[in-house]
Amino acid sequence: MPWKDIAYKSVLLTLLAVCTTTVIALIYHFTQHDIAVETRRAQEKILLQIIPRAWHDNSMLDDTIAAGPHSAGLGLRDEKSIYLARQRGEVVAVIIPVIAPDGYAGDIDLLVGVARDGTIAGVRALRHSETPGLGDQIDIDKSEWVLGFTGRSLGSPTVAGWAVQRDGGAFDQFTGATITPRAVVGAVLRALQFANDNWATLFGPDDVTAEGAG
Amino acid sequence: MSQKNLMLNGLWKNNPALVQLLGLCPLLAVSTSVVNALGLGLATVAVLLLSNTCVSLIRNAVPHTVRLPLFVMIIACAVTCIELLMQAFAYELFQVLGIFLPLIASNCVILSRADTFAARNSLGAALLDGLFMGLGFACVLVLLAGLRELAGTGALFANMDLLFGPGAADWKKVFLDDYQPFLLALLPPGAFFFTGLLMAVKNLIDAQMTRRRVVDKVPPVKGAKRVRVTGAAS
Repeated sequence: MPWKDIAYKSVLLTLLAVCTTTVIALIYHFTQHDIAVETRRAQEKILLQIIPRAWHDNSMLDDTIAAGPHSAGLGLRDEKSIYLARQRGEVVAVIIPVIAPDGYAGDIDLLVGVARDGTIAGVRALRHSETPGLGDQIDIDKSEWVLGFTGRSLGSPTVAGWAVQRDGGAFDQFTGATITPRAVVGAVLRALQFANDNWATLFGPDDVTAEGAG
Repeated sequence: MSQKNLMLNGLWKNNPALVQLLGLCPLLAVSTSVVNALGLGLATVAVLLLSNTCVSLIRNAVPHTVRLPLFVMIIACAVTCIELLMQAFAYELFQVLGIFLPLIASNCVILSRADTFAARNSLGAALLDGLFMGLGFACVLVLLAGLRELAGTGALFANMDLLFGPGAADWKKVFLDDYQPFLLALLPPGAFFFTGLLMAVKNLIDAQMTRRRVVDKVPPVKGAKRVRVTGAAS
């Protein structure tokens, strides 16, 4: 009886599918909370590396402006958030996501913190697939290279200086790698220009303190 | 098969990575540092244990023709569960392993053990086989990663805190100061070179052992023959 055989196998497959799905659903149910907490903690940890707790009194993860492919210059491929750091209601700094599409191995996802005075509060590489031991020195875990951006702004160095030393700019490249730092420097500059162009939206109507450099 | 044989098979004689050459994709990709290798190795052991257990439990109800979809479903479920648990309790490691964690589902070591061993053996044997095949794979993974990390960066055990918590942050051992990173070891070709090297060493040891056994055994065999002959005569 082939029908009986087919029926048996179908029921078996269905049963196992139901079992496995149930198990996954149960484990998902019980880990969901921990996963949400961990994900949030990991995100917040990076944001706090760029803009320390002492600077602001709000939760940056919950105080955001939408950014995405429409945000000129950031090169984003999908919807992201710009995080705002406020002290007593006033925006003291923003963290802007930007993508360097011209890395040695694909996109480099970066976060660039810009303070109210137009200087860079910090830069971190979120995700990249640069060569281990060479290009991956943009990662704070591997090297302190990204700290060299802190305190820079659109006027310091001048736009011509926003390049690696090999291209006549002000930023170090690291031994053996030029393409990766070149891509990162370019992306950080674009984030700064974005902040400058959208100053009123990011920092609120009071744009007296904005630097008109660039 | 005896327990000792099962252990020896997984760890040495039929090692999934060095003899069966299965699961090379994660082996080559993740073995850039000891911490990654250890993380993926442990996850693989866990998945193998889970899948071998489930497969062995249902083995008598499974018709031959639909066994593969059933096994794949079990393996995918095990991997998803491990992934969720790791995300909840070892988030940093989860981030480091990235795509290679869900890809354990496609590691052929696991399907191969389910189909060739767990589906034909009792629960106890299947568990033992899963454990030692997994350990065999993990050992090679960690050994390979150790060689590559040492040759590539001149240090060992960097970033162990991802796996063992903040207390392990200073486990990093720098063997050569001012070491110029040897890139080839960290790049994919290095993975192939070092895997080849490990296989060569294993074959060398095997050959050595066979030779010794032959040398040890030849005279007694002759003697035994003579004894039997005499025995037959008397």
